[in-house]
Parts: sequence; structure tokens; C-alpha cells
Amino acid sequence: MNRLSPFNVVSLTFGFAFLYLPMLILVIFSFNESKLVTVWAGFSTQWYGTLFQNEAFLDAAWVTLKVAVMSSTLATVLGTMAAYVLVRGGRFMGRTLFSGMIYAPLVMPEVITGLSLLLLFIGIGMDRGVMTIVLAHTTFSMCFVSVVVSSRLSTFDRSLEEAALDLGASQFDAFRLVTLPIIAPAVISGWLLAFTLSLDDLVIASFTTGPAATTLPMKIWSSVRLGVSPEINALSSILIGIVSVGVITASLLSKRHAVRVRREEQAAQRVT
Amino acid sequence: MRRFVLIAVPYLWLLALFLVPFAIVFKISLSDIALAIPPYTPTLKDGLGALLAGLDFENFVFLTQDDLYWKAYVSSLQIAFISTLVTLLVGYPMAYAMARAPEEWRATLMMLVILPFWTSFLIRVYAWVGILSTEGFLNQLLLWLGVINEPLTILNTNWAVYIGIVYTYLPFMILPIYAAIERLDESLIEAAEDLGCSRLQAFWLVTIPLSRNGIVAGCFLVFIPALGEFVIPSLLGGSGTLMIGKVLFEEFFSNRDWPVASAVAVILLLILIIPIILFQRNEQRQQEAEQ
Repeated sequence: MNRLSPFNVVSLTFGFAFLYLPMLILVIFSFNESKLVTVWAGFSTQWYGTLFQNEAFLDAAWVTLKVAVMSSTLATVLGTMAAYVLVRGGRFMGRTLFSGMIYAPLVMPEVITGLSLLLLFIGIGMDRGVMTIVLAHTTFSMCFVSVVVSSRLSTFDRSLEEAALDLGASQFDAFRLVTLPIIAPAVISGWLLAFTLSLDDLVIASFTTGPAATTLPMKIWSSVRLGVSPEINALSSILIGIVSVGVITASLLSKRHAVRVRREEQAAQRVT
Repeated sequence: MRRFVLIAVPYLWLLALFLVPFAIVFKISLSDIALAIPPYTPTLKDGLGALLAGLDFENFVFLTQDDLYWKAYVSSLQIAFISTLVTLLVGYPMAYAMARAPEEWRATLMMLVILPFWTSFLIRVYAWVGILSTEGFLNQLLLWLGVINEPLTILNTNWAVYIGIVYTYLPFMILPIYAAIERLDESLIEAAEDLGCSRLQAFWLVTIPLSRNGIVAGCFLVFIPALGEFVIPSLLGGSGTLMIGKVLFEEFFSNRDWPVASAVAVILLLILIIPIILFQRNEQRQQEAEQ
């Protein structure tokens, strides 16, 4: 039964071709010598050269990175706290509202989130710039973190924590020494998710930024609106490359981890 | 005390940066446009009495009178609906084939579906500009194959928007359906075949109904964000492509009409509440079924 039928092979082939060909074409044509992006004129890396001399892009990349690191770290702390409250918090006043506020941003159109935050920042007279983007990104990505972490927390065996408490650990120590290491993979993937969401965001950043801060997606957007450009192709290829390496490494690491865990379990069973 | 802090910090954060901003949007949607900074009246500075007296439903009345907004809502619903359907037709066979693939391949196939999700959304949409334009790769290929004699106009039409939505949201459709089919007990299908069903009948009568929750979840995960989409219609669609996210963005940044933009947002939210509630019901039912 676990053999692929011809129909399945065809649908997988076409499906993955559809998913990957556009990006592949983009990468190939970033090495095109001609400025015309749809006509191949020979191999060249000149667009990568001009990209690295373009100060505006480098500045925007730096702003984006700063925003992403700050907002994803904040979002991880807040999101993990929120997940803990959702799974372990028990009953408290306004619990329904709380879980509603965690899930709503996941499905909220970006234009609405962006608009409402901008109106808030203007209403309280806050200067817009890097800080306001960080606040905005933290708010929507902490919800993604808390969903990832809470799914791990809810499958977690509580007796491990109770054992630590029985053996004399303080509540904080039990969290630090038992709970945190177990939920760590979920916390890390939550951080990565928040980081990528922040790197990627155009709409919310456009609403909440001020004249001083331009992020990379905003910079890409303003030049992409004028049409296809080889420089943007080069920039896109670099970003695609970074993401591919990251995702593939992460999945290899988690595979190795799974194999090790299975081997340890087998060894433990042999001992008992 | 520690428990109080643990609850209060994320709670207050979300209240201040999620709920309060919505209240502000709602309030401004009831205000009037003004040539001031901020460009609406009344503001909080006018005092609470004047604030409440100055609110009315004028902007909402305006939205119902102007054809543009009505058309934008209808066309957003239509575009989101058709793209969701196409995404399902493309995604279901892929999810099915992945769930039926040899077990040692599944992790790799999963990774291949998730990888585009981590790649910049903007870049993935942008990649289609070069493919769909008049001198683009698709036209070059079709002309070379002799399928067409003159280039097709796809970019800057609704067709390009459909392609863009299907392309970017495909992983959201595949993942829940894959999860549903993979969990499915294969002996049920064998039983159906033993009892005289053809393979197609068994697929139609057993596999499809049992993967229903995955299908519903996938459809909502595509439909809900597609409805408020801004990047895809602006980049791939033409001036004739009306989608509410785009109208809102332009109303706000080009026309600087904040009260109307806020009213557009409030109505979009009201439209979204129905699918969101249906989606959550589906998720709950699924969780109950698992327990």
C-alpha cells in the first residue's frame, strides 16, 4: 500500500514544480548579465556587487535585523508566559478574553492590525520609528509563539515537575531545571517563527514606522512596484539561500535528535 | 503574587496593544474627517461629552452609497472564494500523495512544503511578476511551444491575483489535509474495497469524509487571510482589481481619509467574524474527536 501510484507521482511532481520553479527562475536570473530580467545574456555576479554597494539597502537590512531580534526575543518571553497561563493558569477573571486576544491576531488581516496600531501610536503621541515597529511586531508574533509553546506544554507530563517539587526544588527551580529544558525546542521554534515573521512583514511595518526607519521589505516593495529589477533578484536569492540553509540544518538537527532519543529509550528499556 | 505577574504582563500587553487600538479604530470610524493633525474630529482632547456627541454612522452610510466599496467587498469575497477552491483542488492531491508516500520520505516531503512558508512572502509574490508579464517566461514558453500566437495578458489582471494567492497559501491547505489523511486508518479503505467498492468509490465514500476536518481547516486558513490580502492584489493585480485590503491601504495613505479607512476596517472585521467562528468550531470538534 505504501507505494506511490502514478497519479500520486504526477500530482507531487507538478505540485512541487509549481512551488519551486518560480523561486528557481528568480535565483537563476539573478546571475544574468543583462539588465533585462527575462532575456538570458550570460553569467555574471555583477548585481550582487552593486547590491552590496547600495547603502540604502544595507541600512534597511540593518534596521530590519535590529527590529527582528528585539521583537522576536520580547515575543518569545511574552508568548511563553502567555502559553504557561493558558495551559497552567487555571481559572482567572477574563480568561476567555485573554485566549481570544491570543488567537485573534493569528487570523487578523495585516491591514487592520497595522491601521489600529498606528492610530494608537498617534493617539498617545508616540514618535514612530524602530521602537513602534518592535512593539507592533512583538504584539502579533507573541501570539504565534504562545500557540507553538502551548501545544508543547499541553502534552507535557506534569508528574516530572511534581517529582522535582517533591524532591525539594523551589517552583522557580522546577521550571528552570525541568520544564524549560523540555519545552526548549518549542520555545526555540517559536523564536524562529517570530523572527521570520518580523523579517518578512511589509504591511504592519509600513503603517507603524516613521520617516526615520525603513525596513528591507519596505525598500523591496518600493522598488518592486516599478517592475522587476536584477538587484532585487540578487537580494531575493541571498534571502532564499539563507532560509533554505537554515531550514534544512534545523530539520537535520531535529532528525538526529529524534534518532538519539529513540536510541536512548531503547538502551533504557534494555537496562530495565 | 508570582502567578499574578505571570498573568498580568501578557494580559496588559495585549489589552494595550491589541484591544485598545481596536476601540480607537471603532471610535474614529464614527468620527468626521478634519483638516487637522490627527485628521479627524472629535478627538479625546475635546472632552468626553463633545466626543460622544460628535459620533455618528455617517461613514458607514457613505460606504453603502459609494459603489466602489460595495464592489470591493463583493470582489474580495469572490476572489478569496475562487482561490480557496483552486487551492483545495491543487492541495488535496498533493496532501494525499504525501500521506501515501513511503514513510521514510514523508519528513522530507513535509520539509519541502514548509520551506516556502519560511521564505519571504513578498519575494515569492514578486517572483511571479517576471513569469506572468507580457515578455515573461510563461508567454515565452507558450509562444515557443506554439500554443498561442501572441502573448497573453495575465499580469495586472485578476488571473494573476488567483495564481498569486494559490501559490502563496498552498502550504496552509496541504498541512491540515495531510495531517488528517495520515491519521486515517487504512484498514477502513481495505474494508470498503473488500465489501465491493471500487478504489474511486472507496476514496469518495471513506477517505474524503474522514479528511473533512482537514479540508475545512485548510479552506479557512486560506480564505481568511486571502480576504484581507494587500500585497498580492497590489503587485500582481491591475487597476481594475478591487480588494478591500488594497482599498483600505489607499484610502489611508493616498486619500488620508482616516474615518472612512477605519469604517472599511470595521466592516471587514464584521465580515471575517463569521468564518473565524466557524473555523474555531471546526477546531473544537476536531479536538473533541481526538479525545
